[in-house]
Parts: sequence; C-alpha cells; structure tokens
Amino acid sequence: MVKITGAEMLLESLKKERVSQIFGYPGGVVLPIFDALYKDPSLAVVLTRHEQGAVHAAEGYARTTGEVGVVLVTSGPGATNTVTGLVDANMDSIPLVVLTGQVPTKMIGNDAFQEADIVGISRSCTKHNFLVREISELPRIIKEAFYIARSGRPGPVLVDIPKDVITDRGEFHYPEGLSLRGYNPTVQGNRWQIRKAAQLISKAKKPVLYVGGGVIGSDSHEELGELVGLTQIPVTLTLMGLGAFPGNHPLFMGMLGMHGTYAANMAVHHSDLLIAVGVRFDDRVTGKISEFSPHSKVIHIDIDPTSIRKNFRVDVPVVGDARLILSDLIEDLRKIRDEEGLVPIEDWNRQIEAWKEEHPLTYKKDPEVIKPQFVIEKTFDLTDGDCIVSTDVGQHQMWTAQFFKFLAPRTWLTSGGLGTMGYGFPAAIGAQRAFPKKRVIAVTGEGSFMMNIQEMATVASLEIPVKIIILNNQYLGMVRQWQEFFYGGRYSSSFIGQSPDFVKLAEAFGVAGFRATKPDQVEEILLKGLSTKGPVLMEFMVDPEENVFPMVPAGGSNIEMIFEAPPPPQKSGKAGRREKDAVITA
Amino acid sequence: MSADPSQRKHHIQILVENRFGVLTRVAGLFSARGYNIESLSVGQGIDPSVAQMTIVTVGDDRVVEQITKQLNKLVDTIKVVDLSESSFVSRETVMVKVNTTTRPEDRQEAFRIAEIFRAHIVDTSPSTYTLMVTGEEEKIEAMVGLLRPLGIKELVRSGTIAIAREDLRSAPKGSRHDGEIPA
Repeated sequence: MVKITGAEMLLESLKKERVSQIFGYPGGVVLPIFDALYKDPSLAVVLTRHEQGAVHAAEGYARTTGEVGVVLVTSGPGATNTVTGLVDANMDSIPLVVLTGQVPTKMIGNDAFQEADIVGISRSCTKHNFLVREISELPRIIKEAFYIARSGRPGPVLVDIPKDVITDRGEFHYPEGLSLRGYNPTVQGNRWQIRKAAQLISKAKKPVLYVGGGVIGSDSHEELGELVGLTQIPVTLTLMGLGAFPGNHPLFMGMLGMHGTYAANMAVHHSDLLIAVGVRFDDRVTGKISEFSPHSKVIHIDIDPTSIRKNFRVDVPVVGDARLILSDLIEDLRKIRDEEGLVPIEDWNRQIEAWKEEHPLTYKKDPEVIKPQFVIEKTFDLTDGDCIVSTDVGQHQMWTAQFFKFLAPRTWLTSGGLGTMGYGFPAAIGAQRAFPKKRVIAVTGEGSFMMNIQEMATVASLEIPVKIIILNNQYLGMVRQWQEFFYGGRYSSSFIGQSPDFVKLAEAFGVAGFRATKPDQVEEILLKGLSTKGPVLMEFMVDPEENVFPMVPAGGSNIEMIFEAPPPPQKSGKAGRREKDAVITA
Repeated sequence: MSADPSQRKHHIQILVENRFGVLTRVAGLFSARGYNIESLSVGQGIDPSVAQMTIVTVGDDRVVEQITKQLNKLVDTIKVVDLSESSFVSRETVMVKVNTTTRPEDRQEAFRIAEIFRAHIVDTSPSTYTLMVTGEEEKIEAMVGLLRPLGIKELVRSGTIAIAREDLRSAPKGSRHDGEIPA
C-alpha cells in the first residue's frame, strides 16, 4: 500500500467523516496540512481573520446543519485563541472537532516556539481531547473524535497533532468500527420511567413543557409538536430552545426565565407538572432555585445524566435521546387516552391566555427615536421569519429572542451558556457557508460587534452575504441596564459612544453600509439592506436607554418580574458621569 | 471528620483506561468543582490496559452523586462504584520513620508499638526505626498517635485502597470473607 503523509491522512480521514467545510487559520506547524488542502479541492476552507472567529463560525455551521463543525489552527497562539469558542461550544452542546498543530513530539515540554499545552489547557472545556503521538494512531483518533463530538450530549473535541506526525508517512487504514469501552451514552430511555411520566402527564391539571436546546440537538421538534397536539400542553422554550416549537403557535408562551414572558414564568410557577426536555435548569432560567416551580412534580428528559438533579429536584428522570423518549411517551399517552382518557386542561390554558393578555411583550413606541424592539419586529415582518438569525450577547440578544418569532429549529444561533460577546457575526458566517442561498442575519450591538469585527474582511473577501444589523445604543446596554437598576445609575465603563463610524468602516472593508437614525427610516433601510447583494451592514441608532423587560432581578424569584425601571436614585449626576466616561473611552 | 452530619466519607472505586493524562482528567474534575480528594491511589488492574483508582472524598450525598456522574461521563472512565453504598474493605499502608534516641527507653518503646500493631520494621539505623503498617484508618491513626512522642522524622501514606465485599448470601459455602466485621 502507498504511504501517505500525516497531513494527507488527516484530510482523507475528514472526508471519511463527510466533512466538506473547514474553518481555519494557517501557521508554522500546520503548513503541511494547508499545503495538502491546497491540492485537494473537495475540502473548502474559510480563512477567518482570528482563530476565535473560526471556532464560532464552525459552531454556526454545526448548529444550522446538525453536522460536526471543523476547525483547523496552528500551535501556540492559534490553539489558545480557540479556547473561548471551545468553552462556548461545550456549554451549548455544539459538536465540533478542533484540530490544532503542535510542536514536534520531541520538543513538547521544552518551551519551543509557538508551543502551548493546549491539551492541558482545553481539558476542562472540551468533551474530550487527544494528543496524537504517532501517525499510526491518527485515523483512529479522528474517527473517535467525530464520534464523541456528535454522539450523546454533543460537544467540542480537540485533537492536537504534532508537526512530526503531520509530516511522517504511513499506510492509511480508516477503522470501520470503534471501541470506546468507557463511552456508551444512553440513547434509549427507560421504558418503565417513560410509562411513569405518561401517567403523571395524563393526570396533570396544570402541566407545562419546559423545552431547551436538547430538542434541537436531537432533532425532536416534530415529536414535540406531536406531543403538544395530543395533550394541548402549553410550551415555554429556553433561549437555546427557540425554534424547537413555532413562535407563532397559540400554545407557545414565549421564553422563560430572567427575561422571559410573564405568562411563561407564571405558568411554570403555578404548574403542577413540569415536563423538562433537553434542558439543564440554568440559573438564568430558574431564578431563585428554591422558589422555582414550587408546586410541581418534575419529569426531566435529558441525554446527559449529570444534568439530572444537578440544580433541581426531579421526580421522574429519563436519560436518553429526546426523540426516542418523546416517541415512546407519545405512544404511551395515546394508549392512556384511548383507555382512560387524559385529564382536560382547558381551564389551565385559559388561565395562561389571561396571563398572556395581562402582560404581553411590549414596548413604548416613539415617533422620534428608533426603538430596538421595533427593528427586530420589522425584520421578522419583512422576512416572514424565513431566515437564520444569529446574535451576540446583551440587550439586543434578549430583544431578538423576545420579538423575533422563530418558526423552525436550527434557524437561531446564540451564545446561551457562556454568553460570549463576539459570537454572533462569525456564527452567521458559518451558517451562511452551510446555506449559501438562505438569508442569514447577524443581529448585534456596537459593543459585541467590535469583539470580532475583523471577520468583516472574511465576508468581504469570500463574498459571504451575511446581513449585519447593529442596534447601536452607544452603551454596553445590558451592563448599563444593571447599573441603572442596581448600581445607582453609575455608568461605570459602559458608555461606548466613541464607536467608529460603522458605515464608513463597512466601506473600508468593502462591505455595503447603511444607517438609520429615525423610526421612519427603519423599514427603508431594512428593505435596502436585505435586498442588496453580498454582505451588508445596517446600523440603527436606537434609544440609548431602552431596557429589556420583563426582568427578574438576579437571584429573585421568577414571579417577581419588573416591567419598568425602578425610580432613579440620583438622576442629576448621570450626565456628568457619562461625559467623564466618554473622555476615558476616547 | 467534618461536624456537618450530611458530610460523610465516600470511597469511590474507578476503572479507567491506562493512558497518559487520565489521572489529570479525574483529579481535574475534583479540583474544578472545589471538591477535595482526601486520598487517591492508582495502580494497574488485572488487564494491563486498565488502571484502578480508589479515591476517598468527603461530601453530602448530592455532591457525591454529581461527582460519580461526572466521573462516569469522562470518556476514559470505564466504571465508577461508590463503595460506600454497601459494605467494603479498605486498607492503607503507612511508613513512619521515628527517632529512637530522645529518651533511653525509646528504642524499646518503638519496638513494642510495632509489635502491638503488627507493624514491620523495614529499616533501622542507630537513631531511627522505620515502621510499616497496613490497616484501616483508625488503626493507622492510633499507631501514629503513639509514635508521636518519640518524634516522627518522616511519614508516608500509600493512600487508601478499597474493595467491595462479596455478598454473603450469594457466596458458595466455605468461601467466607476475611473474617472482619463489615463497617
């Protein structure tokens, strides 16, 4: 058999895993891999302008396609720059394989040029990681890496490949199967537990479905829809779950938690049965945990056994794949319906309708100032929701989650667990590469956008037609909101009015740029921006002091929502501080 | 032992792939969550590709349940058993180098203590004895306590190793356990 290099072996292995797209950045030790890529047109490379951008782009690719996102970077700084993305993917269960170059085996540990112990660094922020010690191990490790990344609770896997392994030659045999005796994720849910869950559901008077990203990861949105159709149980989604259930469905209550809807938080609080599917009872969801859903029995369906009872009590845990479990559950419920009937829940759903009417998601319109929520609503209206939307982190993220009605799974990209500013724009690039014909919109703020703005060069050079919407309120808005509410209005380091002229900056990158400053320009700019070919940046100068409501103050109970700002303690001092901040930031 | 009654000692037995980096993964899991490892011992199992670990940790049942689940989640972990759930045998070996020259009777005294605890004297010099003893924690603590007035120069502990007891009911006649009363 012909001997090939480690670099070639790596590419052959990637092709065996059906990879066609890589996000990466070259450098010293991975030069032979990039050289092999140059000769192999079947693997496309998006050159980002920073390794962090490459990881987020791969996350966007993975989340929208359901495939494993692949990243290729060099050793040392190339590898360390992937860390934020790795943590992000680990928290949000995004399947990635991150390939890092490493200094030659003999030099590891010698403080060689561009050496970093990335296996050590990434141990706690990957699902698993590998150091390839010789070329003969390479195909097996790549196979295991992909299997681990995509199975069970998905997550990032890092493979560190030393230079000598990359350049060595060997015979290529891609293993057919694999044996990982320590890794056998439970897929099929326990039948007995599922039957118990069905019994509880059939008797509940005030049930609530609390659904998260696990339903998207396991592609079980159809089963979820079927379950709701059968039982008429109302649904609330977590931030990561948006799109798992249609945002315009009458039984959809909106998001729950810190910036969730009144109806969702009230329903969870008064519920007698919480059916948690693919969620992990995050603190931003539960608020004060001792007062979360205090009257309910709890069914928890999750692929990750460590999620169960980590934060919250559970009466019926079911570990396994949500799709299979929901199918079994539906089957059991049908049987119960036919034999004994299900307890009717019309009264409960009427109560929820009343809560929806009592405090709907809303904001005060203003003829002079653009309200950020208005931009999101308009974007939804003009696109009929038929697009992929990514966000960064902060107020704009919450407004998008609240006001854009996500209709389908895998159309929503956001950094939920880690809250990574700078995630959204590169994630949109990855999504657009996966779906070149689809409309991909990156909603961001002027703060977050600056954190990975270098990717403007990526979209310009590859003509990736991402549409960027910047909601510019001249503040790190969420920080400012907390400072307004809880820090006496002292806007410490949150004023960033000295941002660059984003429209001119877009032009400098070779990207079309538009700006709206008045509410009556919003629709026009959106129409113009969305219909312009290629990448486009749209900047909306929005109300600087608009707040995200409802809000549950951190550590508060979810039914202690506030709908307006608490009275400002020292209104007079604000302007002066703002000016001072402006000087500092300039 | 901690005063908090919910906190109790757990002996966790872990079978892992015998590969580089696995110990760091296991230990890292404890340190990342601020859980303390009281004792840890590692060695090769029957199958040379498997390493056997015994970890002793203190925590309430919820914390330990989370620890065992997290350990199970590691790709290189083959099996995790919280031995404290049922009866088990645990032993630790300690070697103590004691001064025998502070008082004239010290050399005799060290020898007597060794006899009482069935310790072996594994090294000797004109001014010291090195005692080695194997036993449960209480026995070791007791011996060390008696040796302390002599002046302990050095003390090393192997870390606890533990193994589950066979269920007496299922065991065939004659194959009794080692005679110790279960803890």
